[in-house]
Amino acid sequence: MTTYIIKRIIQLVIVLVIVSVLVFVGMRALPGDPIRMLVTKDQLTNMSEAQIAQMRHDAGLDRNIAVQYFTWVGGLFKGDLGRSIVYKTRVSDEIFRRLPRTLEIGLIAWVIGTFLGLGAGILAAVKRGSWIDTAVTSVANAGTTVPIFWLALLLMYVFALWLRWLPVQGWVSPSESLVGNLRHIVMPVMCAALFTVASTCRQTRSSLLGVLRQDYIRTAWSKGLRQRAVILRHALKNSLIPIVTLSGMSLSMIVGGEVFIETVYGIPGIGRLAVEAVNNADYPYIQAIALIVAAVVLTVNLLVDISYGWLDPRIRYS
Amino acid sequence: MPHDIGSEWSDDADTPPFPPLPIKQGTPPPEVPPPPSLFDGPESARGLSPMLPFPVPGDALMAGPPPKITSWRRFARVFFGRKVVLVCLVVLILMMLMAIFARLLAPYPPNNQDAGPLLQPSAAHWLGTDANGRDTLSRIIYGARVSLLIGFAVVFISAGIGMLLGLLAGYYRWARAPIMRIMDALMAFPMVLLLLAIAALLGGGLRNVIIALSVGMTPLYVRVMCGMVLQAKENDYVLALRSAGASHRRVLFAHVLPNCLQPFIVLITMQLGSVVLAEAGLSFLGIGLPAQTAAWGSMINDGRPNLATNPLLSLAPGLVLMILVLCFNLVGDGLRDALDPRLRGSI
Repeated sequence: MTTYIIKRIIQLVIVLVIVSVLVFVGMRALPGDPIRMLVTKDQLTNMSEAQIAQMRHDAGLDRNIAVQYFTWVGGLFKGDLGRSIVYKTRVSDEIFRRLPRTLEIGLIAWVIGTFLGLGAGILAAVKRGSWIDTAVTSVANAGTTVPIFWLALLLMYVFALWLRWLPVQGWVSPSESLVGNLRHIVMPVMCAALFTVASTCRQTRSSLLGVLRQDYIRTAWSKGLRQRAVILRHALKNSLIPIVTLSGMSLSMIVGGEVFIETVYGIPGIGRLAVEAVNNADYPYIQAIALIVAAVVLTVNLLVDISYGWLDPRIRYS
Repeated sequence: MPHDIGSEWSDDADTPPFPPLPIKQGTPPPEVPPPPSLFDGPESARGLSPMLPFPVPGDALMAGPPPKITSWRRFARVFFGRKVVLVCLVVLILMMLMAIFARLLAPYPPNNQDAGPLLQPSAAHWLGTDANGRDTLSRIIYGARVSLLIGFAVVFISAGIGMLLGLLAGYYRWARAPIMRIMDALMAFPMVLLLLAIAALLGGGLRNVIIALSVGMTPLYVRVMCGMVLQAKENDYVLALRSAGASHRRVLFAHVLPNCLQPFIVLITMQLGSVVLAEAGLSFLGIGLPAQTAAWGSMINDGRPNLATNPLLSLAPGLVLMILVLCFNLVGDGLRDALDPRLRGSI
């Protein structure tokens, strides 16, 4: 087990290195020059070539690409993510200022989505063929196909503009007003959780139905166990592996969805930062966000894989 | 917590939904039998596995190619047997016709600004007009072109490249680590961020959007293909072919590939909806296609400032988008069940 974990961590580091190289080289290999974009943006078109070259030099973009890469990686170990080309601010400051907002919405949505989906999936599997099953399955099918930005606008129209129950958009820090904070994140959390609820529900239902056909479930029934014990202790635990896999993947989906959610609801989080950075070709931000997100996603996937051994002791890591 | 949900049915514990079956010593429990209609006709002539409603690879080698007509009939019976799938297929065909004949169907050209801005729905403009005075219904009809064109193009390109890389990575040991690690790296981002970065750096335009989406979709195909090839090449027929002197290339393309193709086609169909959705996401963020192009994603975004007064501007194109994606997914489900019942519920 320990050997397996060490092996997986080494693999994770290799993938992260590949990610960093891909992002770093990709940014620079593709057309699009942040300095030129900055110049036209600020209407400084009368700047001389020498001034542009000076700006490029200040941002360190005139150096050999390998030198640039290793300077950046060296900085990473010191917790320095570089400086924004556009705003000249430290990238790490901005990211850590915005990260909690994205995390709050994402984690709440993840927890709610997973447990709601699990519950709905169990219900649908147990009441298989009934109208409850049909209703839950239809809603789940629809839930995996709703464009998230469209759902965000629909909720905004219904709850904020029409019923006027919730604020239209914006962000209030919880230290400022907890109630205000919660009122602002209700709709974003609903949007972010929807896909997780729907996909977890579908997976739980099909996985549980597969297990309920097994012989040991019939044995459990014939022993006279209560329904709760059969479903939750015997059936559910044995159907958890695909559900846990999906739950790891849905965290990545939530992070992706927050790009849209933060754009629609005007929440200054990482997702909106990513869109802004891409529009400005602000390399250091894009690199930092890509690396952080990739590290989080890969770590979650690793934890998921390790949990298999606990969920199913037959799985041996060799 | 799951335990709270458990209380939902613990009240009626006397009548569990899965009553214990009467125990019969020695007789295995009856499997759920496939519908008897599947065994009609020359099915039983197929030899080895008349009980199985799906073709078994080894079976085909022993008994010759399965009769084409029966497999088609079996496919059609399952595929068209479900009303939902049939309805979705009809909707998809209508959408394609709508995209092809957009010029004839749309009441106005998509960028015609003759009408007043922000008109409410009326007989002349069924869904009203946008802030530039363009007819919403006409733009939705033209928008189907962008969605379907990009959807099919991207799936075609990424599945082709993904299939090749997956074959290489699955069959040749030396190719596996480099290819799969790069795919892992690409899959480590949420898709949106990856697309955002590629699309923004390539710049706008239809071609670049297709390239960006293709890069984003490829890793999934590579991973699935690689997994299937790894499994398929352990079959005895591969060993037999090799010892009979067949080259690696021949084994790979003439024998391993055809055995992996069917689930792959199912996966392709099921991904069409995701591609359409991803394209709409990009154009919603204003990255990709030129601003005046009638695309559903950008229409949803353009309507945002006027959501309070003209909600249809944003909500109508989104609804059409959702219907298209839902139809793609359900037809994909139907195709999977009809082609390969073993996969039911697994993808």
